[in-house]
Amino acid sequence: METRFAPPPKKERAMAASGATLESPKPVDPAAPNAPAAVGKLRRGQQDPTWVRTTLILLAVAFMGILVVLPVVNVFVQAFANGPEAYWRYLTQDPETRHAVMLTLFIAPAAVAMNTVFGVAAAWAIARFEFRGRTLLITLIDLPFSVSPVVAGLAFVLWFGMQGFLGPQLREWDIKILFSWPAILLATSFVTFPFVARELIPLLEEIGPDEELAAVTLGAKPWQIFWYVTLPNIKWGLLYGIILCNARAMGEFGAVYVVSGRIAGQTDTMPLRIDKLFQEYNSPASFAVASVLTLLALVTLAVKTYLERKVIESAETKKEAV
Amino acid sequence: MAVASRRVLPGFSLSLGITLAYLSLLVLLPLSAAFIKAAGLSGQQIVDTVWSDRARAAYWLTFGASFIAALANAAIGFLLAWVLVRYPFPGRKFLDSLIDLPFALPTAVAGLVYSSLYAKNGWLGQFLEPIGIQGAFSRLGIVLVLIFTGLPFVVRTLQPVLENLDAEFEEAAGSLGASRWQTFRYVLLPCLTPPLLTGFALAFARALGEYGSVIFIAGNMPYRTEIAPVLIVGRLEEFAYAEATALAVVLLLFSFVLLGVINLLQRWSQSYGN
Repeated sequence: METRFAPPPKKERAMAASGATLESPKPVDPAAPNAPAAVGKLRRGQQDPTWVRTTLILLAVAFMGILVVLPVVNVFVQAFANGPEAYWRYLTQDPETRHAVMLTLFIAPAAVAMNTVFGVAAAWAIARFEFRGRTLLITLIDLPFSVSPVVAGLAFVLWFGMQGFLGPQLREWDIKILFSWPAILLATSFVTFPFVARELIPLLEEIGPDEELAAVTLGAKPWQIFWYVTLPNIKWGLLYGIILCNARAMGEFGAVYVVSGRIAGQTDTMPLRIDKLFQEYNSPASFAVASVLTLLALVTLAVKTYLERKVIESAETKKEAV
Repeated sequence: MAVASRRVLPGFSLSLGITLAYLSLLVLLPLSAAFIKAAGLSGQQIVDTVWSDRARAAYWLTFGASFIAALANAAIGFLLAWVLVRYPFPGRKFLDSLIDLPFALPTAVAGLVYSSLYAKNGWLGQFLEPIGIQGAFSRLGIVLVLIFTGLPFVVRTLQPVLENLDAEFEEAAGSLGASRWQTFRYVLLPCLTPPLLTGFALAFARALGEYGSVIFIAGNMPYRTEIAPVLIVGRLEEFAYAEATALAVVLLLFSFVLLGVINLLQRWSQSYGN
C-alpha cells in the first residue's frame, strides 16, 4: 500500500517512454488518496459541460476515422478489388514478390536478434551501474531515431560503395556488401537499433537491483542471475520491445531503398516490392503486398496492447509482494 | 535507480563492452563517414550544392511541410489525449490502441494508401477535386501523410501527464470562481505546455527525415514537391556522392540540434512534473 501514497516518478517516465497508459487494469480503491484517476471517475471540479464533451469526442473520432481507420480499410478493399483468388495469385504466383517476402522474413528476424542482444546488454550496463558518460550513452542510443533513414543509408554507401572508403578493397576480395543482403541487414539494424534498449532501460531501473544483489549473496553464478532473476522480471517488456522492433524492421523503406540497389528478385524487400509494383501501375498487386504488412501492423498493435497490460500487472504484483 | 554496485553485480565490462562495440560499429562509425566525406569537400563545393535553387526549394519544403504537420499533430494530438484521458465513451480503448498504428504501419504502406485516398477519383480526393483542392501529388499531400506518421507522438507524451494531474488544482480554481475555460487556460495549459512542446518537437524531427511515405504521394517534382531526402537519393543514384553528402550533412546537423532541444524539453517536462 505504501507505494500508492508516493508513486515513484520513475514508473511514469518508463510508461511515457513506452507509450503505455498508466490506467490500472484492476479496480482502484476510490478511498485511497491519490489513487490514479480512472477514466470517467473525475471529481466534480474536473467535469466539462456535456455539449463540450460530445463535440470533442465526435471530433476525436472523426479525426481518427479519416486519418487512421479509413486508410486501413482502403488497403484491404483495394487488395481484394479483383477477388480473393486474384489476391492469392498476386501474393504467391509472382516469383519476385515471393522472393521479397522471403528476404523480409530473413532480414527482420536477424536485425531483431542483433538488436535484442545489444538491447539487453545496454540496459544491464546503464540501469545497473554508474559510470562516466552514462547520460551521453543514453542520448547516443536514441540517435538513430532522429537520423533520416535516407542519411543512414547514405552512410553505408559511403563506406561500402564503389567510390566509398572500403569499396575498392572489398571488390578486390570479392566481398559484396552494398546492393546485397549484408547492407540491407546493416541498414535495417541501424534504423531499429534503439527499440529494445529503450524499452528495457526504464523497466530495469524501476525494478531495482535488490533481487539480483540477493542472488549474488546467495552465491548465484552470473548466468543464473540473468536466467532465473532478471529475465523473468523483464520478459514482458523484452517481448514488447522485440515486437515493436520487428514491425519497424519489416517495414523499413528509406534506408533499405538506398543500400539495396532495388534489384528485382534479389534485393527487393516487401516495402520495396510495394513501390515497384506501384511504379509498374500494378496497383492491386501492390495493395496485396501492402495488406500483408498492414495485417502485421494490426497484429503488432493487438499483441502490444496485451503486453502493456502484462507489464503493468507484473509490476503491480511485484509491488504488492514487497 | 542505478546503483554503485559495480563490485557486487557481475557483467559490467561485458555488457558495456558489447554496447559500445555495437553502437560504434553500427551507428557512430557509419555516420562519421558523412562528416569525413564532407570534410574533404571544399567550402565552395558545399555552398554550391547546399545553396542551389533546387536544394533551397527542397529544404524549404521539407522544413515547412514538417513544421505545419507537427503543428497539426500538436492540435489533433491534444484533442485526442484530452478525450482519451477524460471522457469515457464506447470504443475508447479501441481508439487508444489505434493511436499507435502509424508507428506499426510501414511508411510505404501509408504513402501508398494516402496517395490512393487523395487521388482525383479516390475515396477522399473525389470530394476535394470539385472545390479545387489537389490532395495527392501536391504539397498538401505531403503534409497529410506527415500528419499521419507523426500522430502518436503528441498523444503519447501528453497522456501520462494529463492522467497524473492533481484534481485539486482544478477544484481550487473552480471554487475560487474561475470558469471552466479560465481553469483550462491558466491552470491546466501551463502544466501541459512542456509535454506538448516535446511531442511537437518529436513529430517535427520525425517528419524531417521521413522518406518512404512521402515519395508515394508527393509526385517528387523538382522545385515543387521534392523534399530534401528525395534530392539526396537522386544525387546518390547519379553516383554524385559528394553532393549527396553535403545535402545530408545539413539534414544531419539539424537532427542533432533538434535532438538536443528535445532532451532539454524532456528535462523541463520532468522538473515541471515534480
